[in-house]
Amino acid sequence: MTTTSEPKTTDKRTNTLVSSDKAGAAVDRGFAALAKFAGIFILIILAFVALFLSWNSGGALYQEDEGLIIGRFLNYAWPFALGTVVVAVLALVMSAPVAIGVALYISHYAPPRASKTIGYIIDLLAAIPSVVYGAWGMFVLAPAMVPLYRWLNQWLYTWPQENLGFGIPLFAGSPGLGQNIFTASVVLAVMVLPIISSVCREIFIQTPKLHEEAALALGATRWEMIKMAVFPFARAGVISGIMLGLGRALGETMAVVMVVSGLGFQWSIISAGNSTIPREIALNFGETAPNSERWHQLIALGLVLFIITLIVNMIARWIVSRHKEFSGAN
Amino acid sequence: MSKSITAKDLNVYYGDFLAVEGVNVEIAARSVTAFIGPSGCGKTTFLRTLNRMHEVLPGARVEGQLLLDQDDIYGPGVDPVTVRAMVGMVFQRPNPFPTMSIRENVLAGYKLNGARLSRSQSDDIAESALRGANLWEEVKDRLDQPGSGLSGGQQQRLCIARTIAVKPDVILMDEPCSALDPISTLAIEDLIAELKEQFTVVIVTHNMQQAARVSEKTAFFNIAGTGKPGKLIEYDDTATIFNNPSNEQTERYVSGKFG
Amino acid sequence: MSQTHTKPETRRASSASSNGTPDPVEQAAQLVRPNTIAGNQLPSWFLFATAAIGAVAGFVISWLVTGFQINYALWFVFSAAVFVVVSYLITRAKQGKRKATDGLWRNLVYVAFVIALIPLVSVIWSVTADGVRGITAAGFFTEDMSQNASQSRERQIHEGERPMGGGVLHAIIGSLLITLTATVISVPIGLLTSIYLVEYSRGGPLSRGITFFVDVMTGIPSIVAGLFGAAAVQVVLSIGNQIGLWSYGPGNYRMGLTAAVALSVLMIPVVVRTTEEMLRVVPNELREASYALGVRKWRTILKVVIPTAISGIAAGVTLAIARVIGETAPILLTAGMLNRVNWDMLNDAMMTLPVYIYWTFTHPVGVGELTYLSEQRAWGAALVLIMIVMALNLIARIIATIFAPKKTGR
Repeated sequence: MTTTSEPKTTDKRTNTLVSSDKAGAAVDRGFAALAKFAGIFILIILAFVALFLSWNSGGALYQEDEGLIIGRFLNYAWPFALGTVVVAVLALVMSAPVAIGVALYISHYAPPRASKTIGYIIDLLAAIPSVVYGAWGMFVLAPAMVPLYRWLNQWLYTWPQENLGFGIPLFAGSPGLGQNIFTASVVLAVMVLPIISSVCREIFIQTPKLHEEAALALGATRWEMIKMAVFPFARAGVISGIMLGLGRALGETMAVVMVVSGLGFQWSIISAGNSTIPREIALNFGETAPNSERWHQLIALGLVLFIITLIVNMIARWIVSRHKEFSGAN
Repeated sequence: MSKSITAKDLNVYYGDFLAVEGVNVEIAARSVTAFIGPSGCGKTTFLRTLNRMHEVLPGARVEGQLLLDQDDIYGPGVDPVTVRAMVGMVFQRPNPFPTMSIRENVLAGYKLNGARLSRSQSDDIAESALRGANLWEEVKDRLDQPGSGLSGGQQQRLCIARTIAVKPDVILMDEPCSALDPISTLAIEDLIAELKEQFTVVIVTHNMQQAARVSEKTAFFNIAGTGKPGKLIEYDDTATIFNNPSNEQTERYVSGKFG
Repeated sequence: MSQTHTKPETRRASSASSNGTPDPVEQAAQLVRPNTIAGNQLPSWFLFATAAIGAVAGFVISWLVTGFQINYALWFVFSAAVFVVVSYLITRAKQGKRKATDGLWRNLVYVAFVIALIPLVSVIWSVTADGVRGITAAGFFTEDMSQNASQSRERQIHEGERPMGGGVLHAIIGSLLITLTATVISVPIGLLTSIYLVEYSRGGPLSRGITFFVDVMTGIPSIVAGLFGAAAVQVVLSIGNQIGLWSYGPGNYRMGLTAAVALSVLMIPVVVRTTEEMLRVVPNELREASYALGVRKWRTILKVVIPTAISGIAAGVTLAIARVIGETAPILLTAGMLNRVNWDMLNDAMMTLPVYIYWTFTHPVGVGELTYLSEQRAWGAALVLIMIVMALNLIARIIATIFAPKKTGR
């Protein structure tokens, strides 16, 4: 009642409801404006991200004394872009089946009491910082992978080379310490596994019980039920989960920085060599003087990475929105 | 502390959709008025226009005139917040604030508005409001416990206590008993009879016996069909509406022949 | 069920009703329907038995393949393969194809789960095994690394001086300062934005735009956020230099605040999304109850809506902090690294735990075998970082469950 005007006015023509609490109303409007401004501020930040990246990338494509140097930039950038995509896709190929299996285990196979705890344990994988994965990849995984690389090199490259005259170039060269993009993609596979599996798990759990029970009532085995009821319902969600994992794998830096050694492009994925965009930026940005051509090149690389991940995320969103009406994936 | 309400040719819209059309009604001070009618006939919508609560929904607006005594509720420069402080509301489902104790719930109208009350002032307000809502004896020993620990009927009376604590002129009740058991309903009905000594009470109800029991005047709303606006069909003394209605639709409704 | 594996008795029993000539419908139904409920059940120990067979056979095969050595990886691979194949073949022989396919996929799902656990166990094992030695070393929590700087590589080589101790104090301080600043920047912006989205916007183009671009922001790679932080602060500094507001040298964008800006870009979308979700859960009835008491909207939001949702918001913010405190790449580009404690967010580089871990592993102090001390410290720092992140996750969970909003009504 702080806002009411207690004394009754005798003058009938003045509306006693007209508020005397001008300040309160002003605060209300101010707060609304503040909230709105915060929202607009986020848009401004994002606009600045895009603006800074594009503006600073300009120096990599054009220099006053040399004119357009797009060719030079492309020549410099393509191995990194290719390496980034190869590492991320390899990681996905390894990670996605396992992640879907884990999600299925938690949603449909594990004992119901344990499934929450198991889900939490898998989420712990996501809580481990990337630099720790990098260290693990560098000191534990890479040496452990060397025998496998030797075997691959022996039987898929050296042996066919000697006996058939043609070896698969992917497995050429000496594995050395195992610090190559294959090891990096294994580390990335571990890192994106909890992301994909948690998205899939959420979707699998949301499968309508009625559909599942209908399938079981027809005498379907558990696997047939999953094939008939769960997968059709979850397809869009699973795909968007995988895309989300891909987006994460493309942008992951530290694991690749610490696990991979070598720079230039090469066909082999089991010997030192190749690099990714995030690795190139992380290793060189610190030693680059602001506003030099190198600085601009690195920022332009960042822009390329941004665009690639943006496209991947857009595709994921598009898939989800296209299937929204059929599934719980949103 | 009690005011009358007068509606003149009131139309209520949601966007372009006309929800309630052409309501003319005069609600006297210190009386109980019941709104009855089938679901979707606009009685709740009309009730919510009385304290401008319908404006919470996007696109809602009103044409016509609505007077609280002589003051236009929709007049230029009128702040809905002021109107709501004078016209309180009790909702269908009891909704005490879950983060507050019983005592804080009763004082919510003051506390939320940032009013500073001395300990004795707030004690007095809490006690008189809880006594006014017939709840004091049941909760006086546990005022500092959460309001959500009470039974449904007690929670609803707590919400009434919260409303009368700020001393409004009018209390609107939107089906206040529809979520309650018969004994709690009886307690609320008894309370309504006491409240009209001090306040103007307007109640929306689906329960015609309840309307007959508690109200002095009754307004019957009806709707011609989906997509059509709700209309006030008949407004008269409760006894007339239930025993000798002048309109055929009203007669069919109160005798249970449709709706 | 294929006919070849059906037991003779059951087959006779079912075909007896059709006078010797098998009814085609009955025959078709037999393909999917067992004849008795308990018939052809495999014993409950079947799975464990095949798993044991797999383990033994896997060991023998890996032992033979590697030339009589024990290789855990190969042991696991062969065990899993033998387990899956053997149990499929037995089930198929005893129960038919459909059961066998069902069992095959169940086993594959189990194997996938075990595969996922291996790296988790391996990472936690390697971090704790070396990390415990690291954090128990003298001065680990109380010293920075500036002592080591004075000790040149040459002196270590020529005078046989051992690398001195040192610790992670500077990195812990840096991590806390930068994360705290990022939180102070992100939480108000994120919270206000979600308030706008939930309480004020009515689904207009602005709110749809904000929701869309917050989604886009969630996908920004962390290194790009780092680039943005560096480039943005660099521009602001040079503008300030030109108008004489301050004088920063070129390259002096390296400071704690720059890192906090970069982390905010990663943190804001997380905060917006979680708080938005929490605000939407607050029942509308409570807002209406407050409005009906004549309470203004901003007071309703601050005193009714947010207190009701506060546990969820706090949990969401804690998770957002847990996410950014482990970020390495954006900090590497913005705050760089330093070997001593720096409390000044506006001057000079700043060390953080993740960057410390990265830098110590890739550039160990000391020569030859003595690098192990350095590596131990890095594992110790990794252990500390993991424990901080896990503790934050745990705290978030506890906040969310204990202080969960009580539902109104019943």
